[in-house]
Amino acid sequence: MRYRIIKKEKVKSDKMKKDIILAGVGGQGILTIAAVIGFAAVDKGLFIKQAEVHGMSQRGGEVISHLRISDKEIFSDLIPKGKADMILSLEPLESLRYVDFLKEDGYIITNTKPFENIPNYPEIEKILAEISSRKNSRLIDAEEIAREINSVKSANIVLVGAASLFLDIPLENLENGIKQLFGKKGEEVVNQNIFAFRKGREKTENQAG
Amino acid sequence: MKKILLLGDEAIGQGAIDGGISGIYAYPGTPSTEIMEFIQRSKQAKENKIHATWSANEKTAVESALGMSYAGKRAIACMKHVGLNVAADAFINSAITGVNGGLIILVADDPSMHSSQNEQDSRFYGKFSLLPIFEPSNQQEAYEMTYNGFELSEKIGLPILLRITTRLAHSRYGIITQLSKTQNSFSVPKDPKQFILLPAIARKRYKSLLEKQSLLQKISELSSFNHFIVGKDKSLGIVACGISFNYLMENFQDSELPFSVLKISQHPIPQEKIKKLYDESEELLILEDGFPFVEEQIGNIVGIGKKIRGRLTGDLPRDGELNPNLVAIALGIEKEKQTNFPEFLATRPPALCPGCGHIDVYNALNEVMKDFEPQRILSDIGCYTLGALPPYNAINSCVDMGASITMAKGASDAGMFPSIAVIGDSTFTHSGMTGLLDAVNDKSNIVVIILDNSLVGMTGGQKASGDGKIDNICLAIGVEKEHLKIVVPLRKNHELMKKLLLEEINYNGVSVIIARRECVTELSKKKKLKVIK
Ligand code: SF4
Repeated sequence: MRYRIIKKEKVKSDKMKKDIILAGVGGQGILTIAAVIGFAAVDKGLFIKQAEVHGMSQRGGEVISHLRISDKEIFSDLIPKGKADMILSLEPLESLRYVDFLKEDGYIITNTKPFENIPNYPEIEKILAEISSRKNSRLIDAEEIAREINSVKSANIVLVGAASLFLDIPLENLENGIKQLFGKKGEEVVNQNIFAFRKGREKTENQAG
Repeated sequence: MKKILLLGDEAIGQGAIDGGISGIYAYPGTPSTEIMEFIQRSKQAKENKIHATWSANEKTAVESALGMSYAGKRAIACMKHVGLNVAADAFINSAITGVNGGLIILVADDPSMHSSQNEQDSRFYGKFSLLPIFEPSNQQEAYEMTYNGFELSEKIGLPILLRITTRLAHSRYGIITQLSKTQNSFSVPKDPKQFILLPAIARKRYKSLLEKQSLLQKISELSSFNHFIVGKDKSLGIVACGISFNYLMENFQDSELPFSVLKISQHPIPQEKIKKLYDESEELLILEDGFPFVEEQIGNIVGIGKKIRGRLTGDLPRDGELNPNLVAIALGIEKEKQTNFPEFLATRPPALCPGCGHIDVYNALNEVMKDFEPQRILSDIGCYTLGALPPYNAINSCVDMGASITMAKGASDAGMFPSIAVIGDSTFTHSGMTGLLDAVNDKSNIVVIILDNSLVGMTGGQKASGDGKIDNICLAIGVEKEHLKIVVPLRKNHELMKKLLLEEINYNGVSVIIARRECVTELSKKKKLKVIK
């Protein structure tokens, strides 16, 4: 160590800070997820910063978004490697692409349905086994849950429901986030998504951790 | 005070609206596209009748903005970094003419080349032109610099370069906005000769630009965007430019920052403050996203003595964007870490969308080219550049906007046959038309394939300048009617496309084949919108 860094006394434990890596394939809609959690955080009066990917990689390539939530000012737009509290992924292979960002006790929460648009897509069993072998991981078949409740378009929101268990953002704010995002599309769409959100949460709660 | 959640690009758009612009001019390019898109969507901009349409290229954008400034009103021109190369002539000379209404030239750099062919640092253009440069450290500063920039531009009589990077452009943060200013009324420059850059006048104007430098220096020295944070530990002094300031602060969230820091967000660099930092520190570390622009200048100010560390000394990588970890490593508070990724982790590069017309063109072209040697195709910048990747491997160049046609011409002049250019409709009207004129005048033996999806595909479907006009443009340039062919790139037209290609390859002269089919992704977006309505 070249320079001496003076540590302040213990950080207050009631500090709210969540750094989330959102992952997926261009076009899958990670920005919908970012929007719901972002709106919810703002609704709760928290600071957020969210870096997204636009341009070339949106054409079916790997995409990542850094979503940072805190009760105090946020500096970096990028989450430092090794500091993310959660990787929330719409696609199983993509959930492993950014493990260098995850802190030791961070969570991987991922959809299990593969998006196979490359010729060398690995065996899905291998991918799922790898994810399960990690410390804190949750595998969610978001499409299946969405189908069960007749709301196939809500798979992303099912996943937000799953993540909500580890977000430290009150349910009320998260549901407000959903209302804010889908409000324009009418009450029925809002209710469907809130239902999807609750289902995602419920199913994940029942998973052994 | 209410905060609104905006992307950096959107914060600049809102800052421009609130700062009293009468017009925005731009050509789409990642990461700058969302500024124009935001203003086009803005109700406030509509109510204020702010001019907001896409330009044919960045040069026409800067010139139009300069014209609006000539007429006394405030304007902003926006582009990505490589766009400034195209607009450089207008940009550099606008420093000599000066402005009438306030003028901001916004340039978005793309360090790490997320969506670009190079990672040039636009601050060099600003210094080269002797103009003030602003580089915000966050979205709020980006808003404020835009909001106040027009007034400063009018006060000093010069355009202002606002330089951002991808991270800032495409990251959201809560922005506090200010009261919106009224637009300027119409007025022409007092001096009717101000914009006549004939040598006799230009010499005078250049002198006055040089004389203004000490004023710019003073403004920069006093700027609140350049501030000095005093630290106790004098073993190191840190200069943090633009967004790198955030990466530095990120590392001191749970501990006190022991060193003195000079944050720089406005240029010319504040020399006095740099000297102060240098004098009181044992060595300096320079953090900046982009080239070692400030790092190089500091040596000139303080001379060679104490160690100045940065991208040139290897303390930070010479290329690519910075991040909190790289800064931590340079500070010695973190070591480089190796992560064990599962070895099956395959990369997922971007690809042409399924059903895209470009695919049909490349399938036909690849088959036709099998019978020729060399099998080389010169191409250009847009979605179709992805045809360079497997499974197509169809094209062999992507250099700058419009280069496909002119490179095909030059290669043909050197004896390459067949010499084929593949270019998009928007790229063609951006910078391909003049090259086609060269080819027609020389009767060069080339085939130009224009992929016409009637919009700018790569950046998200903006309106293309030449929509509906491509055929007539080609004819007017002098392409012979018999060798201007139009085809719909669909699988069922595969044989027809092959036949056309072969015929035109064998014609000794300029042929243009327009492959016209709307972008499927944008088409389905439109359909969805209709259903919702
Ligand atoms: S966005 Fe449009 S033009 Fe671009 S690859 Fe997709 S379909 Fe083709």
